[in-house]
Amino acid sequence: MIGDKAGAALESFAAEVGSDDAVAVVGGRTHWEVGGSCPEETRLVRAPTGVRGFDPADMTIRVGAATPVTELDAALAEVGQRVNLPVLPGATVGGVLAVGRDDVHALGRGRLRDALLEAVYVADDGGLVTAGGPTVKNVSGFDLCRLLVGSLGTLGLLGEVILRTWPRPATQQWLAGSCDPAELRRRLFWPSSILWNGQSVWVHLEGHESDVEAEAELAQSLGCEPTDGPPPLPDYRVPTGVLEADESSGSYVIQIGTGLAYAAAPCPIPDPDPTVVALHRRLKAEFDPRGRLNPGRDPLAAS
Amino acid sequence: MRFRRTTKADPLVDDLRRVLPADRVRAASLERSIMGRDASIFEGGQAGPVCFPISTEEVQGCVDAARRHGRAVVPRGAGTGLAGGSVPLDEPVVVVTTKMNRLLSVDVDQRLAWVQPGMINLDLSRAIAPHGLHFAPDPSSQQVCSLGGNVGTNAGGPHCLAHGVTSAHVQAAEVVLMSGEAVVLGDPDGWAPGLDLRGAYVGSEGMMGITTAIAVRLTPNPPAVQTLLLAFDSVDAAAHTVSAVIADGIVPAAIEMMDKNIIWAVENFVGAGFPTDAAAVVIVEVDGLPGGVTAEADRVAELAEERGGRVRRAADDQERALIWKGRKSAFGAIAQIKPNYYLHDTVVPRTRLAEVMNQVYEIVEEHDLQVMNVFHAGDGNLHPLLLYDRREPGVMERVHAAGSAIIEASLAVGGVLSGEHGIGIEKRDFMPLMFSEADLDAQGRLRRAFDPDEMANPGKVLPTGASCADVNALTKVPEGVWG
Repeated sequence: MIGDKAGAALESFAAEVGSDDAVAVVGGRTHWEVGGSCPEETRLVRAPTGVRGFDPADMTIRVGAATPVTELDAALAEVGQRVNLPVLPGATVGGVLAVGRDDVHALGRGRLRDALLEAVYVADDGGLVTAGGPTVKNVSGFDLCRLLVGSLGTLGLLGEVILRTWPRPATQQWLAGSCDPAELRRRLFWPSSILWNGQSVWVHLEGHESDVEAEAELAQSLGCEPTDGPPPLPDYRVPTGVLEADESSGSYVIQIGTGLAYAAAPCPIPDPDPTVVALHRRLKAEFDPRGRLNPGRDPLAAS
Repeated sequence: MRFRRTTKADPLVDDLRRVLPADRVRAASLERSIMGRDASIFEGGQAGPVCFPISTEEVQGCVDAARRHGRAVVPRGAGTGLAGGSVPLDEPVVVVTTKMNRLLSVDVDQRLAWVQPGMINLDLSRAIAPHGLHFAPDPSSQQVCSLGGNVGTNAGGPHCLAHGVTSAHVQAAEVVLMSGEAVVLGDPDGWAPGLDLRGAYVGSEGMMGITTAIAVRLTPNPPAVQTLLLAFDSVDAAAHTVSAVIADGIVPAAIEMMDKNIIWAVENFVGAGFPTDAAAVVIVEVDGLPGGVTAEADRVAELAEERGGRVRRAADDQERALIWKGRKSAFGAIAQIKPNYYLHDTVVPRTRLAEVMNQVYEIVEEHDLQVMNVFHAGDGNLHPLLLYDRREPGVMERVHAAGSAIIEASLAVGGVLSGEHGIGIEKRDFMPLMFSEADLDAQGRLRRAFDPDEMANPGKVLPTGASCADVNALTKVPEGVWG
């Protein structure tokens, strides 16, 4: 078992959250206004921090939700592992999970939401709830973990999580050029990222040295050259379908294979299906009927 | 078996026949009796009218009719579930999706397919094989299980170690809620705003709605594959090798383990070339690009040899297919030994495999039973098969007692109740061993957000009394369901 739950720290966090007034959990404030802003008078709390248990041989790690992702990444790097979370300076593990935004590597590494195995959160009544389980495979009951990722802390405040870790690849390489992104995706076996701005393409390869070398040669034969990294990403996250309908609106970068694009200007996003909206409202009513958890923030408003 | 309400004169049957042609609404006792079971050991399920819709609109019609008559609805795929998840309780309308079995569209560039829920898992991979793609989740029942059922249980399979179970391969699902509304959860392109309703729905065991279409992610076939058959003189050495592979930072496509008795049974059954003198074999498959595949296969072989293992590498696709045929024939091979088996499904941390397997052997011996182990060792997903002859008086009590002890042993080391079969009826009453009352209450809240009246597949997953809502009378498991 990868360490015990941070009993005292979690209990203390739960007590701090309490059961009465409006409360918001603060992480690194890197995405503090995603999905709306908490009213100024909202009381702020902070989750436990630190690595609570790590079994490199099981490739799972238990951390407090306020643990900085850079600290987690550094701890894992020492044993050649990583988690599939964006390593944003200043951001916390709980914060990136609550916001639920993949980084540019979702194509090859998978979605951030699949990194979470178990979560201990504080519910609206101030009680501690465990969702999921500590093993890499688990279908015991309903999948609350997937619901918590991207929920902006509106259903429960993350206190501690268990994450699945992965081996760090031996090497990696960015390339860029003017080739066709669809052709690149067809020809390369498992790129971790393909980005396209309508004119240029960036591709990220990672894995065994000889494989990355061979795939890089293939990418070069299609018109790409080694480069230092991805392009700067415009500010607005939009679904690719919206962007394709209005390509003249400005510069953009499409994250191939993920349905996501980054646009320089806001694009009108179609209203969600009313039934989807109703499900959101019912979930909020079930999990936080008094609306005291992270008030002012709405996952449906987070693009 | 008794049927209290459903007769050919039942007004519900008449209503359903206004939605579906009469030949696709079955009310005869024989057909309802067949639908009273799934592939689990549970008997005594009580089906009401059995409907075979062919469209989303027909599914909505079935739900509307059931609602008007105050009857529950049980979605059912191919009926291959092992936890009793589709065993109907108290004569619900059973909505069977097997006739909704078409591949609706394939987008090769986007590596996406829309399928109907009744499509057979392996049929999808066969259909997209010409494009160099496959559907990664491959349950042992993949020749007969349906994709809708895979969504219901969040199914796994040997090749889910590296790429994840069903949830990771479902981009969106069209679902008919118990209100009768049809809604798409998630987005086929992969990015949907808001909460991950798709993720919350996958694995909900038919208790949040009925899946009517699924957008699945397709996986490219790897350019290189190496399959190794590792033979060991002890189960301990085999289990420690599995742990060592993971500890070494290798995540193969699959790591499967089989112990002595099942090796013998499989070899006798299909002649897969497994070494019958081994105490355990481990099948390791690594795939990807050639450099990494060779390096990882070499390292796996080294780790096995360091622990006394004998290493055989499949020389070609034919030998590889034979090894997998052996693995996937395991359950059928058991009939040579005992007429019945109870397949368990728990998960333990991968570093505790050897310890828990030894406990399983001790538990089985204490209960005077036989066990065979064939399981997904790479993700710690144990599958002890308890063998028995149900005609033997008192044997079921011993089987259930041993099963309970295995579950407790798995949980004691930080494991979980189920890795891929789900909870269903089978493990419903074990849920409090893993979850607190507050944890279960939260799961009940999730369910009620989707299905406020608890009309979809009642009586499964959540133990009676776990929910704050009024406990529906249907949540009683009738006598005789536990065979």
